[in-house]
Amino acid sequence: MMNIYFFKLASFLYLFGSFAYLVYIIFLKENLSKLALTIVSIGFASHTLALITRYAEAGHTPVTNLHESLSFFAWMIIGVLLIVNSKYKVKILGAFITPIALILMLFALALPKEILPLAPVLRSFWHPFHVVFAFLGNAIFALAFCSGVMYLIQENQLKSKKMGAITKRLPPLKVLDDLNYQSLKFGFPLLTLGIITGAVWANYAWGRYWDWDPKETWSLITWLLYAALLHQRLTVGWRGRKAAIMAIVGFLAVLFTFLGVNLVLSGLHAYSNW
Amino acid sequence: MELIVVGLNHNTAPIHIRECLAFPENKMEDALRKVHTIPSVKENMIVSTCNRVEVYAATRQTDKAILDLKHFLSQYHGLPLKEFEKSLYSFMGEEAVKHIFRVASSLDSMVKGEAQILGQIKSAYEMAVESKTSGLILHRLLHRAFHVAKRVRTETKIGDSAVSVSSVAVEVAEKIFGTLEKKTVLLIGAGEMCELAARHLVSRGVEKVLVTNRTYDRAVSLAQEFKGEAIPFDEMNQGLRKVDIVISATDSPQYLIWHDQMAKVIKDRKQKPIFFIDIANPRDIEPRVGEIENVYLYNIENLKKVADENIKDRGKEAQKAEAIVQDEVIKFVNWYHSLEVTPTIVALRNKFEEIRKKELEKTLSLHPNLSDKEKKSLEALTSAIINKILHTPSALLKQSNEEAMADLYLDTLRTLFQLPEASPESFDETKEKENGDAGI
Repeated sequence: MMNIYFFKLASFLYLFGSFAYLVYIIFLKENLSKLALTIVSIGFASHTLALITRYAEAGHTPVTNLHESLSFFAWMIIGVLLIVNSKYKVKILGAFITPIALILMLFALALPKEILPLAPVLRSFWHPFHVVFAFLGNAIFALAFCSGVMYLIQENQLKSKKMGAITKRLPPLKVLDDLNYQSLKFGFPLLTLGIITGAVWANYAWGRYWDWDPKETWSLITWLLYAALLHQRLTVGWRGRKAAIMAIVGFLAVLFTFLGVNLVLSGLHAYSNW
Repeated sequence: MELIVVGLNHNTAPIHIRECLAFPENKMEDALRKVHTIPSVKENMIVSTCNRVEVYAATRQTDKAILDLKHFLSQYHGLPLKEFEKSLYSFMGEEAVKHIFRVASSLDSMVKGEAQILGQIKSAYEMAVESKTSGLILHRLLHRAFHVAKRVRTETKIGDSAVSVSSVAVEVAEKIFGTLEKKTVLLIGAGEMCELAARHLVSRGVEKVLVTNRTYDRAVSLAQEFKGEAIPFDEMNQGLRKVDIVISATDSPQYLIWHDQMAKVIKDRKQKPIFFIDIANPRDIEPRVGEIENVYLYNIENLKKVADENIKDRGKEAQKAEAIVQDEVIKFVNWYHSLEVTPTIVALRNKFEEIRKKELEKTLSLHPNLSDKEKKSLEALTSAIINKILHTPSALLKQSNEEAMADLYLDTLRTLFQLPEASPESFDETKEKENGDAGI
């Protein structure tokens, strides 16, 4: 059960990293943000080992039950954070993203963690592609969600003429809006690919591409939301506030598709009785 | 040699006097040379910015030199002294050192913590070096001032967010646009307020300036100053569609930009954000314009309020900066006092004497059988050697007391022989980068 140790170590490091980010937000010392990022990076490495060892122990892509999905999603989110952090100088982003990953990890920690024999429907060539595309897309949308929240706070500060501690800590509106657009540009095609590979896989597993199963319906709703945002951005020039709100709504739809559907509704995607 | 400064700044003189006394860059060399011909002044440097005009000098006759410099300012600019004398301040010695350290560290600026002043002082110093009007004292002083400014900048947060209204405007703009590079600004009105605000934005990277004014000619002439473009007043909307920042400062009694008008313009802009700065009184822009999405409207009161809040935050940082300045003033003054002839000769003699005694003791302990007489003649011999060696330099130093070279000799002696009080380690400028561009 090596993977559980690595998983727990990663969770602990994300906790520690979130704490370091919190201290950074308060004192704004550059070294603290570097420390936080280092801790999160080590956490990510440990998390990667957890996934690899679990893959080795299980013999299949470890995204087959809710514990594994949550863990995989958190891993993707942190991965996206590390990539974005290396490109954009938005140090504060980690302070928003790391706690989200931490919550997912804690949720995953509370769930049964045993490796179960692979359900027959999951035994497909397409399944790993489906989960990687879908989760990577969603992880990028998590980033858009965070930048959306930051945008609304920052815009409110600027509109109400408060140039205080909050304004100083949050990035400029332009940067946040750019993040929103970039996330959309990368996230939307990935979500689309996730849905297509899902449909292809469904065809192999159940003999049909689309079944209006609640998960499928909700991912279509999510897809439509992001498609609408992308369309409005490109044609009418939606940006700023409206784009930020859409990114937040979109991510709530993502979360509902991912978790809500399993919790509230039932369908083909509820494989395990957790 | 004593350091003095005579000058005026934004606190002591109104803008029209500052403008009258300013030295344009192309006449700077001439002015420096003219000051150099004043007999009481040994070294000099002139700092002339839009907020201050100051002449720094090294002299042996402080009171006379201060008076001479005041008359120089009056004569050079053709302005009777009594018209601006009450705006002038003058400092000497320690106070003058403290003054330039504070100026260079931006503690004396209208916008405390703004970084521009350091560059202005650096170029003023370079001018003095090129015109050969600076010498050892100003050289050391300025390098020290650059060092102090660097310390203040890195050890305090004073420069983190500037305080003045136009700096706050820049700060807000940077929170909206990220950077001001490649941004365009539209000036409505061609008055001084607009010009000043625009200059600040341009210094922070704004690329293009458009100007509109009721009198088109004035718009054209102001636009030329910024190498920008003038637009007719009734085609203002065309400008509003293009630009990122608008500064409005007209004396129009009614609004010039209305909510409904702007709501249309923002659609044409495809929602590209726009930042209005309304510094007019009464206002030029209907306040409801600020309610439109992607439109940010700040008036002069909003900016002032933010600036005031910043100052409160900054009290502590300013104190820290003042402490650094004080610390550096003490170090500098110690060095500077050591540049006196008598104490230097005494220190040199003491140093030689110390060496002589040590070496003599060593020799005597090697030869315990020497008679008292022999010991005495050894003593006399060594003393005589030292006296002979020191005689010529001491005499020369005393003679050169009145010449500018004296300071150079003294400083060289102190450095070569590592004499105390000069605290050579604190003036080890070879470690500092600034030394490279000094040309001395």
